Amino acid sequence: MKKKFSSTNNYIASNQLIEAVNAAVILEKPLLVKGEPGTGKTMLAEEIAATFEAELISWHIKSTTKAQQGLYEYDAVSRLRDSQLGNKKVQDINNYINEGVLWKAFTASKKPVLLIDEIDKADIEFPNDLLQELDKMEFFVYETNEVIVAKQRPIVVITSNNEKDLPDAFLRRCFFHYISFPDEKTLAEIVKVHHPNIKKNLLNYALSSFIEIRETPGLKKKPSTSELIDWLKLLVADDLDLEDLKNKNKNSILPPLYGALLKNEADVELFQKIAFMARREN
Amino acid sequence: MFLKLFQALKLSGIPVTIKEYLDMLNGLEKGICDSNNVDEFYHFSKISLIKDEKYFDKFDKVFKSFYELNNEFYQEIKNKIPKEWIENQLKKIFSDEMKKKISNDKEWEDVLKEFEKILEEQKKKHQGGNKWLGTGGTSMFGNSGYNPKGIRVGGSSQNKSAIKVWEKREFKNLDDKVLLNTRNIQVALKRLRKFARQSSELEFDLENTISSTSKNAGMLDIKYRPERTNKVRVLLFIDIGGSMDEHTKICEEIFSAANSEFKSLDFFYFHNCIYEGVWKDNMRRSSNVTSINEIIRLYKKNTKVIIIGDALMSPYEVVYPGGSIEHWNEKPGSYWIKKIVSYFDKTIWLNPENIDNWDYSQSTKILKELVNHLMFELNISGIEAGMKELAK
Repeated sequence: MKKKFSSTNNYIASNQLIEAVNAAVILEKPLLVKGEPGTGKTMLAEEIAATFEAELISWHIKSTTKAQQGLYEYDAVSRLRDSQLGNKKVQDINNYINEGVLWKAFTASKKPVLLIDEIDKADIEFPNDLLQELDKMEFFVYETNEVIVAKQRPIVVITSNNEKDLPDAFLRRCFFHYISFPDEKTLAEIVKVHHPNIKKNLLNYALSSFIEIRETPGLKKKPSTSELIDWLKLLVADDLDLEDLKNKNKNSILPPLYGALLKNEADVELFQKIAFMARREN
Repeated sequence: MFLKLFQALKLSGIPVTIKEYLDMLNGLEKGICDSNNVDEFYHFSKISLIKDEKYFDKFDKVFKSFYELNNEFYQEIKNKIPKEWIENQLKKIFSDEMKKKISNDKEWEDVLKEFEKILEEQKKKHQGGNKWLGTGGTSMFGNSGYNPKGIRVGGSSQNKSAIKVWEKREFKNLDDKVLLNTRNIQVALKRLRKFARQSSELEFDLENTISSTSKNAGMLDIKYRPERTNKVRVLLFIDIGGSMDEHTKICEEIFSAANSEFKSLDFFYFHNCIYEGVWKDNMRRSSNVTSINEIIRLYKKNTKVIIIGDALMSPYEVVYPGGSIEHWNEKPGSYWIKKIVSYFDKTIWLNPENIDNWDYSQSTKILKELVNHLMFELNISGIEAGMKELAK
């Protein structure tokens, strides 16, 4: 694996992030990525997979997800049914062991990228249950007395939205990178990647409105990068001229189609108030 | 050399472990980062040693002093700035005409030479002044200066990021000693969420029944399990008025944000010290008072009690009858606080005042003793420590 991860045509990564990814790949450690929602944590795994031409195996965690589900599941119910129907299959327990994502990642023929998405959604003990599996890259199947060992260590990317603290023992085994919110210049680059044909003045107008909204103190939910992209998609789809946009919007203090950015009526009100005051001062 | 960094991090209270340190050395050995590139080393040591963004700011501070104290590192920066790069930088800044126009009497080559000399001479970071390399000041070298012949070192260049990124301390806001933000506090308060499986109440365990029945080859085998509920109830007493005004609103916001974490959460207000009565609505505080005795009757012993106040008052207000500044109190505040502390299993005090000032205030010392020293600073780490205590 000589290739190194870097920014791609559709993903702008900071130097620190690139270094973190390459370190995790070379040292074969899981990379834990945290950051505000919508800063491209999940996309990162897709881009890594694309760079290394590897298969992406995703495991999206929910509050009910158990670590065991990632390894394998023993489908006792269908075995029961089969036994009552007299199906021959019932003799072999292997027919009822369903492989989980980790199993698939361990036995893949080519080094895959394993994404464990939003690990903080799960129960607080969830990461602890995966320690051994991620460390040794092997696990034991009780029903069949067999040990599943990884043919090659997958590249593991774990994302977290910081809803729960992760246990120390788990953190020790990972590299950690925090994606901070991009500055204006990087934002412009990111937008260009998604909307290459955007008009310069529209971009400037959109970015300054976006930053104005983000800087409003006391917002319940700050708009994220992905929301900015969606908002621009709407603006571009209308194909309005910037002047038209401004004219149409003359009487309102809110930017056009603000619903894509502000998703809480209290926030809309707050922004209106603050923007109004700011404009009056000018 | 790196061991020093590790020890300094450990001393500063960042939870770093030997395993992480060895990982870092392993990475350096494998050539993850260029040994001449301090930036890369900074980033790599950060991703391998630090596992929580709340420690980033502390890390930056430790790294800064580590960097300044290490002469070896100085050598590395010297190597890090190759001559061509300086020249390139200078060419970028000054066009040929500008070079000619430079009003200073020194020649172009002299500028370069002097820069090298200064790099040699400089043993530690410097700010201001007019000779050394550093930030600010009128020296020709360093950034943010205003000498027309100045050389910018690090800073705005695109392909090389600033030498001292850690000096920006961009993660200052994430340091848990500083910032109070509802989102983070919610995470801290989640510690309190205790899903205790208690043995008395049972519920039908469908999943387990199905699997054990099928393992039993179809013979029905019913399973039960203890009910799982969030049992934590919280009672909040918040100091209102006077020196507390600036804090009260944020406290309310914080705890109502965390409301979903608890089975129940109730607010009561008091002023300065808790006496025989507290109130729920500050507008009707004279008419609508709930007595502490009533509260003790209504709430179970296992309710978690959190008192929020700055504990700044005259000691009389705590220890003498009639000490209250608002009414005549038969019994001293200390009596009522003792009553609360002894009735409820767990009581903590969160204090927005800086912990360094606690010892200077007589009343704070008394109150701290009254709550069995379970007084915590009202910041994220304080709340986290307090929640740990409450969850015990």
